[in-house]
Amino acid sequence: MKSETLKALQEARTNRLAVVLATRLGDAAEALIYADRVEGDLSGDAALVSAARRAMAIGRSETIDLASQKVFLNVYVPPARLIIVGAVHIAQSLAPMASLMDFDVTVVDPRRAFATDARFPGVKVMQEWADEAFEKMGLDISTAVVTLTHDPKLDDPALEAALKSDVFYIGALGSKRTHARRKERLAAEAGITDEQFARIHGPVGLNIGAKSPAEIAVSILGQIVEVRARRLEALAAPKVAAA
Amino acid sequence: MSDALEVLDQVGKWKASGKGVAVATVITTWGSSPRPVGSQLAVDDTGAMVGSVSGGCIEGAVVKEALASISDGQPRLLDFGVTDEQAWDVGLACGGKVQVFVEKVN
Repeated sequence: MKSETLKALQEARTNRLAVVLATRLGDAAEALIYADRVEGDLSGDAALVSAARRAMAIGRSETIDLASQKVFLNVYVPPARLIIVGAVHIAQSLAPMASLMDFDVTVVDPRRAFATDARFPGVKVMQEWADEAFEKMGLDISTAVVTLTHDPKLDDPALEAALKSDVFYIGALGSKRTHARRKERLAAEAGITDEQFARIHGPVGLNIGAKSPAEIAVSILGQIVEVRARRLEALAAPKVAAA
Repeated sequence: MSDALEVLDQVGKWKASGKGVAVATVITTWGSSPRPVGSQLAVDDTGAMVGSVSGGCIEGAVVKEALASISDGQPRLLDFGVTDEQAWDVGLACGGKVQVFVEKVN
């Protein structure tokens, strides 16, 4: 690996860009394949570039045979992001656990008493309204959003904004009754259809009988892992040929 | 911090301080292997390591090859599995097989 390649990989991480490092195993020749450009020794190989783009799309590193040469495609995708709305007690368990699982975690809460760095060491804390914070961050397909405040004033705008994006997971804390009322409110106030609302996982998390904040955090993260894995499985599955 | 990021960052630090560094990457797996394709282990010229390419079963052997790669500059392709002659030394207890690519960072 060249030093420049290492720097490029680190830069891609910082800028949340997906990149594939292709390495020919025989002589360690390289290419960096981005969504919009290609760099390096092997950048002229069209077959390699198209294989790399496919690997990037499904997020899976693999070794391929190209003209009887083995080439390893190492896919570096930006870490998934978890945005927690509500700097509450459960968030204090959820944030560090999600960080351990390689999520890039941001806690959003406009309430000054809650959204403090002291309560969330090592995690990005934004003391803002969720919809405004989302606009700054830009919600994308590698983002998960969980609302924990129980307060419609804070949760609803966050859910509405999340539903208008293509985040891969949306979860909302609250009982079935709370969730049903939420559905009515979002339909009446934001015109959210039943189909749109169905994207929200509520009551949030896997049903594992979680009680304590840490247990609830485990159930939420378990569900996020499951949703992400199923999505990647579906993307990686070979397309069924049309009859 | 994610594994991949931690490994890259450490490689950057080692290079910046003038150390020789090699990176080992899991490039193929068969059966039940402990770490997925793409997992990396970086090694400096003193044998210090960061990251992992197995559950600890083959790291010793990989470090040895990484040190050799740092000194001769040549990449290496290593196969590990229960069918190896050295199964009990560097085989994988889980019964899987892995192929590891080792290269020097220039």
